[in-house]
Amino acid sequence: MEDFANLIDRLIYTRSRNGKLDLIADYLREASDTDGGWALAGLTGGLDFPAVKPAAIRTLIGQRVDPVLFALSRDYVGDTAETVSLLWPQPGAPAAPPGLSETVVALQAMTCGSVQTDLAALLDRLDAKGRFALLKLATGALRIGVSARLAKTAFAQAFTLPLDDVEEAWHALEPPYAELFAWARGQGPKPDAAHRPVFRAFMLAHPLGDEQVDLADYAAEWKWDGIRVQLVRMGGQTRLYSRGGDDITASFPEVAADFTRDGVLDGELLVRGSHQGGEEGGAASFNALQQRLGRKQVSARMLEDYPAFVRLYDVLFDGGEDLRPLPWHQRRQRLEAIMPHLPASRFDLSLLIEAADFTALSLLRDGARDAAIEGVMLKRRDSAYSAGRRVGLWYKWKRDALTADCVLMYAQRGSGKRSSFYSDYTFGCWTAPPEQGGELVPVGKAYSGFTDEDLKWLDSFVRQHTTNRFGPVREVEKSLVFEVAFDSIHESNRHKSKLAMRFPRIARIRRDKPAAEADLVATLQAMIPH
Amino acid sequence: MPQGLYLPGADVWVDPSVAVGRALVTHGHADHARGGHGATIATPETLAIMALRYGVAEGAHPLPLRERLDLGDGITAWLAPAGHVLGSAQVVLERQGERVVVTGDYKRRPDPTCLPFEPVPCDILVTEATFALPVFIHPPIAGEIARLLEARAANPKRCVLVGAYALGKAQRVIAELRLAGYDAPIWLHGAMEAMCRLYGEWGVDLGDLRLVSEAKKEALEGQIILSPPSALNDRWSRRLPEPITAMASGWMRVRQRAVQRNVELPLVISDHADWNELTATIRELSPAETWITHGRDDALVHWCQTHQLKARPLDLVGYEDEDD
Repeated sequence: MEDFANLIDRLIYTRSRNGKLDLIADYLREASDTDGGWALAGLTGGLDFPAVKPAAIRTLIGQRVDPVLFALSRDYVGDTAETVSLLWPQPGAPAAPPGLSETVVALQAMTCGSVQTDLAALLDRLDAKGRFALLKLATGALRIGVSARLAKTAFAQAFTLPLDDVEEAWHALEPPYAELFAWARGQGPKPDAAHRPVFRAFMLAHPLGDEQVDLADYAAEWKWDGIRVQLVRMGGQTRLYSRGGDDITASFPEVAADFTRDGVLDGELLVRGSHQGGEEGGAASFNALQQRLGRKQVSARMLEDYPAFVRLYDVLFDGGEDLRPLPWHQRRQRLEAIMPHLPASRFDLSLLIEAADFTALSLLRDGARDAAIEGVMLKRRDSAYSAGRRVGLWYKWKRDALTADCVLMYAQRGSGKRSSFYSDYTFGCWTAPPEQGGELVPVGKAYSGFTDEDLKWLDSFVRQHTTNRFGPVREVEKSLVFEVAFDSIHESNRHKSKLAMRFPRIARIRRDKPAAEADLVATLQAMIPH
Repeated sequence: MPQGLYLPGADVWVDPSVAVGRALVTHGHADHARGGHGATIATPETLAIMALRYGVAEGAHPLPLRERLDLGDGITAWLAPAGHVLGSAQVVLERQGERVVVTGDYKRRPDPTCLPFEPVPCDILVTEATFALPVFIHPPIAGEIARLLEARAANPKRCVLVGAYALGKAQRVIAELRLAGYDAPIWLHGAMEAMCRLYGEWGVDLGDLRLVSEAKKEALEGQIILSPPSALNDRWSRRLPEPITAMASGWMRVRQRAVQRNVELPLVISDHADWNELTATIRELSPAETWITHGRDDALVHWCQTHQLKARPLDLVGYEDEDD
């Protein structure tokens, strides 16, 4: 438990992704396989101890610490588990600390009747750091910035295994993943993922540069602006995975419920409706989909107002049959054959674009007005479904970005390597021409698009032109113009300007342009697709 | 209106927040020691620190420890060591057999850079309460210094940058590193140089100290560097080789406080009394009444009440110790 507690502690203070990966990988190499397995399950939220609830912990501490002092401490610390870990009265001669496996087994065995004595006995044997790790683990609230994807990447790094293989094997197993460790250490076969609803790594696309492709070799289809999902149904279980391999089934219960055919499909999750520029019955903009993301529970109202559906791109498995080695055009035929077996209200097919040649396709792409279209995908007709981003197989060809000239209004410091730089910029446009009394209102925020040289220059510009400070934010003199590029723009209630940009970035710093000549809010409003 | 304790009959303030006619100053931290008083009564060390920060002032009245001073109005004052930083003192006020002790900031842990706190029995104790919550228990400093040295040894290509108050904390961390056997040069932010020299002049040997501004980046790999907390994540630190950001402060006991400041290596090192020291001191002195100044006075007042001790908060504003 001591090593696990140290790992948790150091992960909290480590910002960089590589730093976190190294810490987890080092732990996994050093720990026993069982400890490593439980640690992975804990880090990825794969553990649940029904008897250990926050209320039980509050009762425990209430019996040991003056309630007024606890309440004042809790207010200051801001976290119950941490407060309890700091206030727990440690016995004079504590027994040796429990190991992680022993701890997990003990937590699993606890009942509502026994939790008061058994949890107290564990806490008595640990120091403050150990108590913190125990309480966080027990309540499933580690929240230390470690995604499932990161933990799997660390596992792959620890044992130098391909990440895609780890992904597949992972979901097939239950904690503490004994077969996974046996395989990783070369002491067992690769765990069999057949008949289990595991995640398979997505095939990804390269951005198309200035080159052209021959449409005889490549099929074209629209690139939809939703979130890429993998639908999996195996052995009677259905899962929805996001691009990073996170299980998002709970956020989209209606999609999972309507997918009743065994197999693995690849598609784009979208919301249906005329919200913000979509056609009636068609796909709405990404903004509408955002209402549905990240929710653990979905209300009936949400399901009605923002009904989700999947526009299918590809098929990886049909029943138990692995179609990934087949060329794209054969998989496409199999997908088309599957479509009649799926409810049309929930699943449709991403149509291919018919174009005589590349020039014709280019015109079609420029003419696409649908808010949910992000651009065009080009897929090599003979390509197998291979994990990751391989050169020459799939290309994404986004629509040209929209641009606007905006004025820098506020700057905030970045994080990690950028923590000493003002690198996050809020910019605005004019409500009316300034000579007619117009004001600047914020229209977006960006922290990319510029070079390291630009960043240094911008940082010193912000420091030399600060007019006001609000905590970590500086207000600056309204004199610097950015040419801001963005994929699309939509209505939103989040900002004063009632606008929200998608993927805004700083395209150019327009030192030459006076702030008074920056764009009007009305100009941006005219870019909203209708 | 100045903030601070005021003795109207003698017309003297203790640690006033603005310039006044006559002030008793417990120690040199800026929130207690303001410049510009008509007369400043303090230990010679504290006066030297104030002279360094504000320039040599008129009306400096050095009062060595335990030397009695008649303030007028029948009040006699003397100073007792507080163990907080070099020159820090408690103010003892006596009149007609009654005694009031104003602790100022204090701690009970050993500190190689200053004299230890001396408990003075009294009728009224005016105590600080910076860390007056039971979550604040400062661990032994040796363990924190050992973690600092481990981080340095484990990262030969990086440096460890320790944020520490320029007065007191910095010199204590350096002195403790020396006690732990670390005799390599320790590198300083320019803002710390003069105070470290002053400590040396008062007999606190800090070993080989050098300025970061005079070093090449490569020379700082594997080195320990001290800077004021405000410089940890600012332009100054960009010149350093991949610093491991550490911070020596009692607030580091709470994770979120460390995370907010981008601290990778939190070192729980404080020059204030922790919860156990505060409560133990009140018990030891068992004054008829305890007045509780800046900090989290509500928890300490509650503790006194539940232990049958008379206590009340003094609503003194103006003392802050965000970086201790």
